[in-house]
Parts: sequence; C-alpha cells; structure tokens
Amino acid sequence: MATVRNKAPKPEGLEKCPTGIAGLDEITGGGLPKGRPTLVVGSAGSGKTLLSMEFLVRGATGYNEPGVFVAFEETAAELSKNVSSLGFEVDALVAKKKLAVDYIYIERSEIEETGEYDLEGLFVRLGHAIQSVGAKRVVLDTIEVLFAGLPNAAILRAELRRLFRWLKDVGVTAIITGERGEHSLTRYGLEEYVADCVILLDHRVTDQLSIRRLRVVKYRGSAHGTNEYPFLIDEHGFSILPITSLGLTHEAPKEKVPTGIPRLDAMFAVGGYYRGSSVLISGTAGSGKTSMAAHFADALCRSGGRCLFFSFEESESQILRNMRSIGLDLSKWTKKGLLKVHSARPHLYGLERHLVQMHKLIADFKPRAVVVDPVSNMIKAGNLVDVSSMLTRLVDYLKLEKITSVFTSLVSGDSEIAAGIGISSLMDTWLALQCIGSNGEMNRGIQIVKSRGMAHSNQVREFNLTGRGIAIADVYLGPSGMLTGTARAVREAEDRALREKQKDEFDGRMRELRRKRKAMEAKVEELKAEIRADDEELRELVSRDREQDREQNGQRAARAHLRGAD
Amino acid sequence: MKGTGAETRGRSAKKRAGKQDRQKQKKKQWELRLYTAGQTSKSLAAFANLKAICEEHVPGCYEIEVVDLLVNPQLAKGDQIIAIPTLVRKLPVPIRKIIGDLSNTERVLVGLDLRPLN
Repeated sequence: MATVRNKAPKPEGLEKCPTGIAGLDEITGGGLPKGRPTLVVGSAGSGKTLLSMEFLVRGATGYNEPGVFVAFEETAAELSKNVSSLGFEVDALVAKKKLAVDYIYIERSEIEETGEYDLEGLFVRLGHAIQSVGAKRVVLDTIEVLFAGLPNAAILRAELRRLFRWLKDVGVTAIITGERGEHSLTRYGLEEYVADCVILLDHRVTDQLSIRRLRVVKYRGSAHGTNEYPFLIDEHGFSILPITSLGLTHEAPKEKVPTGIPRLDAMFAVGGYYRGSSVLISGTAGSGKTSMAAHFADALCRSGGRCLFFSFEESESQILRNMRSIGLDLSKWTKKGLLKVHSARPHLYGLERHLVQMHKLIADFKPRAVVVDPVSNMIKAGNLVDVSSMLTRLVDYLKLEKITSVFTSLVSGDSEIAAGIGISSLMDTWLALQCIGSNGEMNRGIQIVKSRGMAHSNQVREFNLTGRGIAIADVYLGPSGMLTGTARAVREAEDRALREKQKDEFDGRMRELRRKRKAMEAKVEELKAEIRADDEELRELVSRDREQDREQNGQRAARAHLRGAD
Repeated sequence: MKGTGAETRGRSAKKRAGKQDRQKQKKKQWELRLYTAGQTSKSLAAFANLKAICEEHVPGCYEIEVVDLLVNPQLAKGDQIIAIPTLVRKLPVPIRKIIGDLSNTERVLVGLDLRPLN
C-alpha cells in the first residue's frame, strides 16, 4: 500500500501481532498485542467490522495466521458479500481453511430463561472454530449483541470475563468490537474486560465532508501514537495515515534539481532546488504560479524523471493547452508517460481521501517530483488546521521518498508576501511571486523568500511570460525601487542612449588626444631638426676655429722666421 | 439429524419415550433437544427437570435428544446455541428455546407452550 513501513523499535517484552493494515502497524509500533484481546470501539458505520475483517484476511494471507470471525450481526453470506467490495475473498479463504466464519444469532423473543446457565455453548463453538482452522486470530463482532439477547446481565458479565480470560489462555490475538457509548467508551462497558488495547474509530461530518478517524486510546505495555489519524476505506481496504507518528528521520540528499528556468537556477547557490526538498510557490492570482511549476515539471521530464502533477483547478488538457501558450509542450511528456496529470476538484472528497489518493498515485507512479497546484484550494476540503496537518503528512512522506515537491499557493491581498496558509514553515524553499503595480500596469516579480541549506539571491527579479517560457529580466533599480514593465523598458532605452552618448564623447576625446599627440610629435620633430641644425652650425664653428688657429700658428711661425727669432 | 448428536443418555431417553409411545399408542408430538457441554450439575439438573415436566404434562408423547457439545461441537451452529444448557423445542413448530437448568417449572411450561396441548 501507499504507506511506508518504517518500524519503530519494539519495546521489550510485549510481542506484537502485525495487522497488515496499512498504517495501523506504524501507529501501534508493530501491531496489536499478541495473544491478547483488543477492543475496537466505534459508532455505527465507523468501520469496525471492516477493520476486524481486514485484520483476519491480512493475517490469513500475509502472515499465515488463520482466523475466526464470529459475527453477531451479519450472516456469513452477508459478511462475505459486504467485504468483497474491498477485495477480500472471504469465501475462498474459508474454502482453503484459512478463515472460519461463524454467525451467532440470538433472538430475545425466542429465548426463555429458566434457572442457571452459562455461555459454554459460545465457548464450545468458538473453540471448535479455532480448532478447525488452527486460528491464531479471532474477531468477535460485536459481542454486545449478547446484552440485548440475553436477559441476565450478571451471568453475561461473568461469562464475558471468563471468555476474555479464556481467549488469553488459548493464546489468540483477538479483536472485540463494541458500539460507542454515550457516557462510557462502549455502550455496555466492554472496556472493563478488554483492557490491553483500545482503538477508537470515529466517523464525523464537518462542513458536509465526512472524515474518518482512528485513535489508539490505550495500549498497555507499549508506546503508541496518540493522535487521531484519518483513515480511509476504499477498494483495497483500510488505509491509515500515520506519517506524523514517526520522527523526522529522512535523509537529506545533496543533489540539485533544476528549477526549469536557468536564470532562476542561478539565483540559488547550488543551482536549483535540493532533491527531495519541498518548494512553495506563493503568489496572487495570475502571478504565474502554475507556469513556474510547469517549467519545473518540464525540466524534470526532459532529464528523464517522472513527474506527477496534481491539479485542483484545471483539467489535464487545459493545463497542456495553457502551457503551450508559453512555449512548454508538456503533451510530449504525457505521451511518453513521464508526466501524469491528475485533476480533481478539492471538494470532491475529504482531505484524507485526497491524501490517500495522492499517496496511492505516488506509490503507483513512483515520480521523482510532485507538483500540487494549488495547495491553497485544499481549504475547500477542510479547515486550515486540517489542511496544514495533511500537508505536513504529505511533505513528510515525500521527503521520506526523496521526491521533490512543488506546491503552489494562492495568496490573497496585496501584501507583498502573504503567508502561505500556514505551511511556509514546512517548506524548504519559498518562492514568492508578486504582481508589482506601477505606472498603470501590472508586472510580475519573483523573490526567493527562503531556501534552506543554501545561499540565494536576495533580489526581487522581474519575469515575463514569453512565448518561449518564463524569462527573468535584468534588474533595474530606480530611485523608487525596482523598475518593472515599461518603466524598465524606458530605463533600458535611456541607458542605451546614455551609453551611446558616452561612447560618442569618448570617441571624440580619443580623437582629440590623438590629434594633440600628433601635433606634439610634429613639434618634437621640428625641435629635433633645430637641434640637428644647431649641432651642424656648432661643428662648423669649431672646425672654422681650428682652421683659424692653424692659420694663425702658421703665420706666427712665418713671422718669427722672418724676424729671425728662435 | 436425529441420533447423530445423541449420546448414550439421549438414546436411553429416546428408548424410554419410545416405550411409552408404544404403551400409549400415541404419536410423538413433542420433539425436544437438550444441549449440554459435559455432565455438569446444571446439565444433569436440566435433564432431570425436563424429564419430570414431560412425564407430568405430556407422558408418552415426547422425545428428548441430548446433544453433548463437548463431543459434537459442530452441532452448536445448527440451533444457534450459546448458552448451556439450552432446550430446543423442535416440534411442534415454531422452534422455541429455553435456556437454563429448567428449575423454574412455570417458565418452562410457558416457554414450551405446554399447557394448551395438555
């Protein structure tokens, strides 16, 4: 069945008899007390008979423990017909000697009481039935009928006490059903005799929705979940949802799962959601929640993973059509069997039925991710507390199975981040979509409110629903905050113009400088030429000076010679 | 049905009834079956009480069959026996059941509806 077997450690000393009923073994930490009677109390139509019959059938088929069903209210034929709707083949089990059904019928008007008697006949019948199949399990449904059939309550009570002691001596695990009483637990005080384990079934209708609940009132010598657990009776029998009974023991995977939007991935430090994490996408009407979730589903299917899409607002074809308008062709995934869309109205049935339905689909389809769109609609199927507890259980289950989950939630009011119907604390990642109204237009913004276990961008980003999917735009911050829509477009144009102007200016300056440099270089050349000319002149002067010197020396020598000097 | 569940005591009772039947040349109008579980004091008392009542009110035209459920537990189902001892009036119809050791003669007579026939 849908529930996860996660056995709590058994307390020492008390042996338990697994019921095989989905969920009940988890609540009771392994099953009913072995070899002892258990009292199942409930009002009419609460499912006592079905619970006890399933206990026997599962025992006979799953644990090789034959059983005896002692019916006081229905004949064997009626009983087998009634439970056949749950897929229990009582007749076949009876034929295989795995089950014995004994119908005990008492009619007060046919019975005259004269003197002393005991209920040995019942013991004999029960003993015979137990022997005939080698029964390990016994159901008495419901023994209270004896109170109506037998006038002497004193004898009856003494005999019942003896009966329950006898059942313990025989060592069978027994279920005794009892009608809910007004002042005491059971109408005839059966709890006096069966004190080891008491299970209460309840069937109530709130806001025109019926909710079945189960509670373990008492379990002597064993720890047990004390909450009221919703349960369901469907074509596979009982389903109890005990998911919250167990601690938070799930592993936390480190792998990432892409969001389906590359620029959104970039806003998370790990590049997407963590696998197995729960993601809440909250937003006002029309803020693009479903599209966001569809992107995620699309990316997952593209990577070959299976995705289960629970839609509480739109039909499958509507979703496929709508998503095609933003360029997401989900139909190819549904054709490939990677995407499964399950559409149901929230008020179609009660919350726990939704939950069980989801469990079942998840267990059957084994998806890698689940999308619930929108989870806020669940309010219509129950009140806030119930919804929140149901989601807790769902999220726990998904985490245990390492299934990434995306929940969309419609928030009302224009507050920027409205609380996600009290479930935001359950979620690991919270994306808040918002409609930002300014300049007479509405634009969409996205913000990561939280993302456990990773750094993430703190910026509010604008995104557009384009024909090629969700596109996250660049950020433009104006003096009055983030710019969106046309304001952003205007700003973008302004920026572009500014950049061009700047470029022009820059080019001009470059040209100017280049020209200046050229002029200076020319000047340098001129000066260099001047220097060269000066050098030339200098050399000329020096050589001319030397020439003169030589000439003067020559003349001096000539003169000296003439004078006859030395 | 008859005889299968009858143990020795039942058979002797039948024999006696048959003898009386022959003596009185009357048809058996009363077919009674007493369910017991072993020879408990209550069962023995019930048998004795029943016999006495029958002898007094319908001598010769009754048959008592004693079924010991410890010997034949499967027979308890047929007559829907829970309490022990239980006396079942098979004939005349309708079937009537009397539980207890039959010590209250008045109520046995009412329960068996014996008086009008007498």
